[in-house]
Amino acid sequence: MAGHSAQLDAKTLWGGKESPFQTSYGKLMMWFFLVSDALTFSGLLIAYGFTRHDAQDAWPIGEETFNSMPFLGHGYPLLYVALMTFILIVSSVTMVLAVEAGHRMDRKGVTKWMIATVIGGFFFLGSQAWEWSHFIHGSEFGKIELSDGSVAIVKGHFGEINNFTVLEAGKKHKVGAVIKEDLMHQFQHAAELGHLEAGKIHLADGSVAKINKAHDHDMKLIIKKSGKLYKVGGKEIKGKKAEQLYYESLYAGEKNRVIYGANMKQNEYGPQQYAQFFFFITGFHGFHVFSGVIINILILLGVLSGTYHKRGHYEMVEKTGLYWHFVDLVWVFVFTFFYLL
Amino acid sequence: MERDDLIEYSLHGHHDEAKGKEIRSKIYKVTILLTLITIIEVFIGASIKQSSDWWTTVKIIFILLTLLKAGYIVMVFMHLGDERKYLRNVILVPYFIFVLYLIFIALWEGTAVGSVWETMWQ
Repeated sequence: MAGHSAQLDAKTLWGGKESPFQTSYGKLMMWFFLVSDALTFSGLLIAYGFTRHDAQDAWPIGEETFNSMPFLGHGYPLLYVALMTFILIVSSVTMVLAVEAGHRMDRKGVTKWMIATVIGGFFFLGSQAWEWSHFIHGSEFGKIELSDGSVAIVKGHFGEINNFTVLEAGKKHKVGAVIKEDLMHQFQHAAELGHLEAGKIHLADGSVAKINKAHDHDMKLIIKKSGKLYKVGGKEIKGKKAEQLYYESLYAGEKNRVIYGANMKQNEYGPQQYAQFFFFITGFHGFHVFSGVIINILILLGVLSGTYHKRGHYEMVEKTGLYWHFVDLVWVFVFTFFYLL
Repeated sequence: MERDDLIEYSLHGHHDEAKGKEIRSKIYKVTILLTLITIIEVFIGASIKQSSDWWTTVKIIFILLTLLKAGYIVMVFMHLGDERKYLRNVILVPYFIFVLYLIFIALWEGTAVGSVWETMWQ
């Protein structure tokens, strides 16, 4: 900028007329904030990579854990997260269109695209809520500790439980009564407590009932922790053998042989740290999306009231746009490192 | 005191309809590209198992595709490509120095910790 400066007198020069970045203060500070936030996310993802690097084969594989779709059930590996990625990319596009409309002082255009961006943000948050709920509740089979001490995750189609027929009376149920409600929940609860034995369930009121359940199909055990007989990375256990091993453990009458879903202490997918990283990284990102949506709504109100139009430029839209794109950018990395690799 | 010698950089972003049209078509092109990359990633992820011999190659492809996506988002959507070279470097260079260092140290230490755990379990 030496050529430029030569035309200015000393007073203006020392007043700092030209900025070396030729950018407004607000935009520059937004960029600096984003760099620091990017470093935070990099730290989290690299910590995840470090832990995964240590755990090797015990770590769950994305396509095994995330293979469900709303209304459709299982067997759609990674499709749901891909959909979430697409939603976020689209809402990033509507944001950049809002910024472009702002550069033409097109107030109507900015309003339209900002509304679309807010809607996209809500869609993403809703998807994430579904994903979390699914992750926390887990699968129908859970993760099972086999008799040799190895731990396996279970894939396949769980045969539906039709009802329980009471064989021994308890405080609430009489002999011969047929229980038809809340079956899956009672079954999993009893399984965790070790209250199941060959085809029978010990209910909470002290009664014992026969489990009338359809057959499971295509069962497959994937070993995640080696035991005396079965090793991580060994041959897949399928069909009859898998069913025999699974139900042997489920009906062993011991506490905590099976784990369903995920919490902060244990999860059915893999090592304890896996769920912790899942909750922290996607949670922290989700929090960013949430605050992004709130900021977008505030800016939309500013657009509607004409504040920025009077100001002569829509730079506020551009600044929130930077933040919103950053959220998309982080998701691109979370998608790769958490779900794909 | 009112300063009349300061430049209002916020006004520099303005452009006319013709330029806007050009920018919009670029945005749509990048959208299609990003969607395609995501579809390719999911397709590879769902069809090639982690136990496959190709997995190391697939991993590298994933990371390269992700960096490509990230590059388009930062340079086009966030307009960093249109900013001055100095600003671009101030944002990117320190970030990459820190992150490359962090990745290096995590992998180095991770290998050491991993081998300790392996010997502990045997």
